[in-house]
Amino acid sequence: YSHRKIDDEFLEELEEILITSDMGVETTLDIIEYIKEQVKKNKIEDTGEIKNLIKTYLANMLEEHEVNEEESNAQKVILVVGVNGVGKTTSIGKMAYRLKSSGKSVIVAAADTFRAAAVEQLKEWCTRADVEIISSENGSDPASVIYDAIQSAKARKSDILICDTAGRLHNKVNLMNELSKMFKILDREYSQATIDVYLVIDATTGQNGIIQAKLFGEACKINGLILTKLDGTAKGGIAFPIVKELNIPIKYIGVGEQIDDLQTFDAKEFVNAIFE
Amino acid sequence: MFENLSDKLQNTLKKLRGKGKLTEKDIDVAMKEVKMSLLEADVNYKVVKTFINNVKERSLGHEVMESLTPGQQVVKIVHDELMKIMGEAESKLKFNPNDITYFMMCGLQGAGKTTATGKLAKKLKKDGKRPLLVACDIYRPAAIKQLEVVGASVDVPVFAMGDKVSPVTIAKEAMKHALKHGNDVVIIDTAGRLHIDDDLMNELVQIKEEVKPDEILLLLDAMTGQDAVKVAETFNKYLEITGVILTKIDGDARGGAALSIRNVVDKPIKFVSVGEKMDQIEPFYPDRMASRILGM
Ligand SMILES: Nc1nc2c(ncn2[C@@H]2O[C@H](COP(=O)(O)OP(=O)(O)OP(=O)(O)O)[C@@H](O)[C@H]2O)c(=O)[nH]1
Ligand SMILES: Nc1nc2c(ncn2[C@@H]2O[C@H](COP(=O)(O)OP(=O)(O)OP(=O)(O)O)[C@@H](O)[C@H]2O)c(=O)[nH]1
Ligand SMILES: [K+]
Ligand SMILES: [Mg+2]
Ligand SMILES: [Mg+2]
Repeated sequence: YSHRKIDDEFLEELEEILITSDMGVETTLDIIEYIKEQVKKNKIEDTGEIKNLIKTYLANMLEEHEVNEEESNAQKVILVVGVNGVGKTTSIGKMAYRLKSSGKSVIVAAADTFRAAAVEQLKEWCTRADVEIISSENGSDPASVIYDAIQSAKARKSDILICDTAGRLHNKVNLMNELSKMFKILDREYSQATIDVYLVIDATTGQNGIIQAKLFGEACKINGLILTKLDGTAKGGIAFPIVKELNIPIKYIGVGEQIDDLQTFDAKEFVNAIFE
Repeated sequence: MFENLSDKLQNTLKKLRGKGKLTEKDIDVAMKEVKMSLLEADVNYKVVKTFINNVKERSLGHEVMESLTPGQQVVKIVHDELMKIMGEAESKLKFNPNDITYFMMCGLQGAGKTTATGKLAKKLKKDGKRPLLVACDIYRPAAIKQLEVVGASVDVPVFAMGDKVSPVTIAKEAMKHALKHGNDVVIIDTAGRLHIDDDLMNELVQIKEEVKPDEILLLLDAMTGQDAVKVAETFNKYLEITGVILTKIDGDARGGAALSIRNVVDKPIKFVSVGEKMDQIEPFYPDRMASRILGM
C-alpha cells in the first residue's frame, strides 16, 4: 500500500492487518493512535514510511523484554506449561534435542501423568533426542515425578532438567494449584538450579491468550514464551499483549512437527511476517 | 479487560434501552462498542464488518427509529442477527440407514480429534451401537497408543495397523474389518494437519473418496483467533465438511471463531466439547453461544 494517501481508508486497512494478526483491539488502537500522532507531528505523507514506523514500534515492544542470558554452568530446570494441545510435549522434544546437540546433558521428566499416552509420546521424543526420561505410571502424582527427576538430575549432575506437564485450562483452579505445587517443589528441592518456566502459546490463539498468560503467571513464575505452530497461516499477534502482560521475552518459535523445527525468536522477522 | 468490554457493551445497550428516541449517531456509537466486543471475542474481522453493517441498516429502519423502545429494538436486532448466523436448531449426526455409518474426524494439530473420537464412541455405544475406532494418525508420536487407551477407556475396539502403512490403506482395511465384525459405526481418527499442507490435505481427500463418510467433522479449538475462518474454509474446500465440533469450551474463551466459521462455511456446529473426560461432550446451543460471544 505504498505511496498512497493517509486517509480513513488507509487507517482501516492498517486496522484490518493488525486485528487479523490477533494482537487485539487494545494494541491495535494504541498503534493507530501512535500513527496518527506521528503523522501530525512529523507531517508524514508516505504510507511506506508508516509501515516502517509500525514495524519498529512492534519490534521494540518485543525486544524491550529480551534479556541477554549469560552462558552459565549452573544447573538448570525448564518447566513447560500451557493449555491443552498447544505443543508442550513436542517443543520439549525439540528443546531436548537442541540442548543435547549443543553438548549439554539433559534429563526429561514426564510429569503429564494424566493424558492418554502422554508418557509414550514423550518417550518417543526422548528416544529421538537421545536423552534420558524419568517417568512413572499413568495416574500417579505429577509432583512425585518431578521430585524423582530432581533426585536423578542431582545424582547425575545433569546440566538441564526439562519437565513436561499436562495441558490444563487456566480457569481450572485445582489444576492450576497442582501446577503451583510442582513449581514449589522445584524451587524448594533443587535450589542449586536456576528455574525457567516457559509458557507455550499456540500461534492460532485468539484473545483468550491474555488471560491464559495472566493466570499461568499467577500459578508459577513464567520467564519465557514458546510460540508454536507458526508454520501455519496464523500470525501469532497475541504474543504482543502477552509479552506486555507478563513482561517476558519469547524464547523460541515452533515451525513444524519435526525435531529441528524450533527456532530462536527474532522480533524483526516475526513483525515482518505480520505484514506479508 | 474482557470484563471491561462486556461491561461497556452492557452499558451502551442499557443507554440505548433507556432512550426514547435514537439518532443515527446514537446507533453509530453503540455499533462501535458492539464491534469492539465482537473483535475481542475473536469474531473474524470481515465477519464483524458485515455483521455491523447489517445490524446498522436494520436499526436505522423505520420500525426501530419510530418505535417507542428503539434501544431495546437494537439489542434485539444484535441478538437476532447473531442467532441467524449461529443456526437455530440442534443439528444431529447423520447415519446411513442401510449400511455401516462412517465418520471422519479432521482438523489442525491439537484441536481435540482423538479425544472427541472417544467421546462420540462412548455416546454411540450408550445408544446401542457397535462402534469401531480407526487409528489413521501414523505421524504423531504415540498417536495410535493414545487412541488405544481412549478406546479401552470407553470399551470400544480400535483398528490399527501400526505407523508403516498409509492412512488410506488403513481406512480401507478398517471397512473390511467392520463388515466382518459387525460394527455399525466407524469413526476414523486422522492426524492433525495444517490446512496449507497440500499433501496431507490430499491424503484426507483420498480417505474420503475411499470411505465416503456420512459425516466429515472439523474439530475446532474454541480458543482460536482470526485464523479460524481460513482454516475452516480450506478444510471445507478440500473435503466439503458436514459439521463442526467446537472443543475446549470449558475454558473462558468467548468463542467468536464459532460465529465466524458458521458465517463463512455455513456448516452446522454439531457438538461442543467441554472437558477432557469421555462424557464431556454436549449438543450445541446457539443461543447460549450468542450470549457468550457478546459477553452477556
Ligand atoms: N504444525 C505444527 N504442529 C505442531 C507444532 N508444535 C506441536 N505441533 C503439533 O501439535 C499437536 C499437539 O502437540 P503436543 O506437543 O502433543 O501438545 P501438548 O501441549 O503437549 O498437548 P497436551 O499435553 O495434550 O496438552 C501435535 O500434533 C504436534 O505434532 C508446530 O510448531 N507446528
Ligand atoms: N479442557 C479440554 N481439553 C480438551 C478438550 N478436548 C480435548 N482436550 C485436550 O486437548 C489436548 C489435545 O487433544 P487431542 O484429542 O489429542 O487432539 P488431536 O486433535 O487429536 O491432536 P493431534 O492428533 O496431535 O492433532 C489433550 O490434552 C486433550 O485432553 C476439551 O473439550 N476441553
Ligand atoms: K490448538
Ligand atoms: Mg503434552
Ligand atoms: Mg490425535
